[in-house]
Amino acid sequence: MAESKTVTVNFGPVHPAAHGVLRLILDLDGEVVERADPHIGLLHRGTEKLIETKTYLQAIPYFDRLDYVAPMNQEHAFALAIEKLMKVDVPKRGQYIRVLFSEIGRLLSHLLNVTTTAMDVGAMTPITWGFDEREKLLDFYEEVSGSRFHANYFRAGGVHQDLPEGLLEKINDFCISFPKVVDDMETLLTENRIFKQRNVDIGKISKEEAVDNGFSGFVLRASGVPWDLRRSQPYDSYEDFDFKVPIGKNGDCYDRYLCQMDEMRESVKIMTQCINNMPSGEVINRDTKIAPPKRAEMKESMEAIIHHFKFFTEGFHVPEGEIYSAVEAPKGEFGVYLISDNTSRPYRCKIRAPGFAHLQAFNLLSKGHLLADVPAILGSLAIVFGEVDR
Amino acid sequence: MIALISENLLHLFFIVGLCLLIFVPLLLGVVIVLFADRKIWAAVQKRKGPNVVGPFGLFQIPADGLKFLFKEIIIPDGSDKTIYFIAPILTSTLAIAAWAVIPIQENIVLSDINVGVLYIFAMSSLGVYGILMAGWASNSKYPFLGALRSAAQMVSYEVSIGFVIVTVLMCVGSLNLSEIVYAQKNIWFFIPLFPMFVVFFISALAETNRPPFDLPEAESELVAGYQTEYSAMPFLLFFLGEYINILLMCAMMTIMFFGGWYPPIDVAPFNLIPGFIWFLVKMMVIFYMISMVKAFVPRYRYDQLMRLGWKVFLPLSLLAVVVTSSVLFFFNLAPVFS
Repeated sequence: MAESKTVTVNFGPVHPAAHGVLRLILDLDGEVVERADPHIGLLHRGTEKLIETKTYLQAIPYFDRLDYVAPMNQEHAFALAIEKLMKVDVPKRGQYIRVLFSEIGRLLSHLLNVTTTAMDVGAMTPITWGFDEREKLLDFYEEVSGSRFHANYFRAGGVHQDLPEGLLEKINDFCISFPKVVDDMETLLTENRIFKQRNVDIGKISKEEAVDNGFSGFVLRASGVPWDLRRSQPYDSYEDFDFKVPIGKNGDCYDRYLCQMDEMRESVKIMTQCINNMPSGEVINRDTKIAPPKRAEMKESMEAIIHHFKFFTEGFHVPEGEIYSAVEAPKGEFGVYLISDNTSRPYRCKIRAPGFAHLQAFNLLSKGHLLADVPAILGSLAIVFGEVDR
Repeated sequence: MIALISENLLHLFFIVGLCLLIFVPLLLGVVIVLFADRKIWAAVQKRKGPNVVGPFGLFQIPADGLKFLFKEIIIPDGSDKTIYFIAPILTSTLAIAAWAVIPIQENIVLSDINVGVLYIFAMSSLGVYGILMAGWASNSKYPFLGALRSAAQMVSYEVSIGFVIVTVLMCVGSLNLSEIVYAQKNIWFFIPLFPMFVVFFISALAETNRPPFDLPEAESELVAGYQTEYSAMPFLLFFLGEYINILLMCAMMTIMFFGGWYPPIDVAPFNLIPGFIWFLVKMMVIFYMISMVKAFVPRYRYDQLMRLGWKVFLPLSLLAVVVTSSVLFFFNLAPVFS
């Protein structure tokens, strides 16, 4: 009997299509993938353990560095977890600003993923068009937080500072011009024959399999499961907004692409509603001790100075308890499981990253496809190693 | 004796001079085309493109060339060293050699042989050996896969290119490239043979490994395909060969479909401009199209590419041969062989 031999190829970690630091071991029979074995951990930084040694305030920047494509969405999950444990409310303006910037994060992430997926199948132009828009969004990030990527803007109880003057008008201008750019990118991709040939029926996954593998976000919705945390368990006033949840049918790469495109349009709608109905008032809950005192107060009140000192040295205490809180991050359900022991540092902080679940199904998705489909599938899953390896 | 040597030496100098006469303008052409390629691509992508070195970034391409010249040549340990070095030399030499028969104006051609088309076809077919040898000699997996793909791709598309050329030849009645141009004095062939021009254009993209057929060097799958293990000068030779081949395809299309050096209309201001200028203008227009294709389209998958080649282009070009020959025969249009 003839023995069939496969060729083992190392796809990454230094490979142009590895999306960061993925090491993929591929067993190839000719060009057909027999087995795909993703090796994770090259970007492991011990985030969860590091968070245990930091105060709740100091832990927030670690969340920027998980899915570094959409930093504020991760902060959001952590802030919500602390708020639930401490049972504090967020002022309406704070909630709206968080929704606004969560949606900006969604645009940031989808813009990057859609365009790099296109690049993985050989279309080189969408990426520069998309990054032009990303640049504008990152400018908004910079205006509120002072930094383009690692914003550290969301806080337990609201957001760090109020929006600078004139920013809402700028974001509004963006919301008016942006759908045109999405349309332009669609003319290059959506009906492009080659793009369709490369994506339709590639990396297909059924409803049941997607649920069984713990998929979430647009990857799950592309398989036809109408599951969106913003709709099913609204947090931060998402119930105020009118938006659609795009659903796919086939669960292939092409549907995942379409879902992301439609979600971008919906995000712009949410942002416009946010800007039009932006309430006034405080942006962070100042009644409890989870926000630093205002500067003016500190000039007059001794207690305020003490509070300020304690807040930034020891940190605020979170009552004993445990909580799981999740947000609909651009890539899926991003959850934080937090155990507190009535100190100012978390006892344990487990992070549930959507990309991790998507990557573990990679063998299932790519088996029997050609080598050229591997980057297409990888791109369509929107994998970012910051959150997978943590 | 001395007279014999000096006579032969003179002859040798003459040949070397002729070679330089092709090579130097060709090199200049590659520089211009590369620059244009990058600028066009950048404009589509809303970038600036090369704009730092020299006026308008014009010296960027020579600077890149110099960089490759001075870099260290890295030879993979497990490679077959002889074949490893022959491969790039073969690719670039064959690409340059094919230019010997291209007439850029009436009577301005290095060697006006009467089987010019066959000669070009032979040279560009041999080019695949360079790629195969590179993939094999590198002794590495990605180059090997790239070389396999390349061999299959070039062979498949050469078949339909061959049939396209046959239809043109039937309309001309000669294999000489100048004769092909003379036959288009009244009407350029891209008008009666438009579908064939489209087939040839797409096949030329596949033949020269341009997107959407750049599978042998598809960077998202195969890193850099057969070039992965090459660096410095050998890499430059591959690169040079590739762009000279693209220019050759532009020249072939100009000659076979766009009336070579003839002006678009034979009236006063147009026919005063020398023929080779028209030739170059036509080449640049075709190159512009090739360059824009790169900016717009994604890449085919290997099996899809083969399907397109064998199931669409081959029957189409075969049909075209039958139709063209029938029309020529029944309407008594076939050129009279002298």
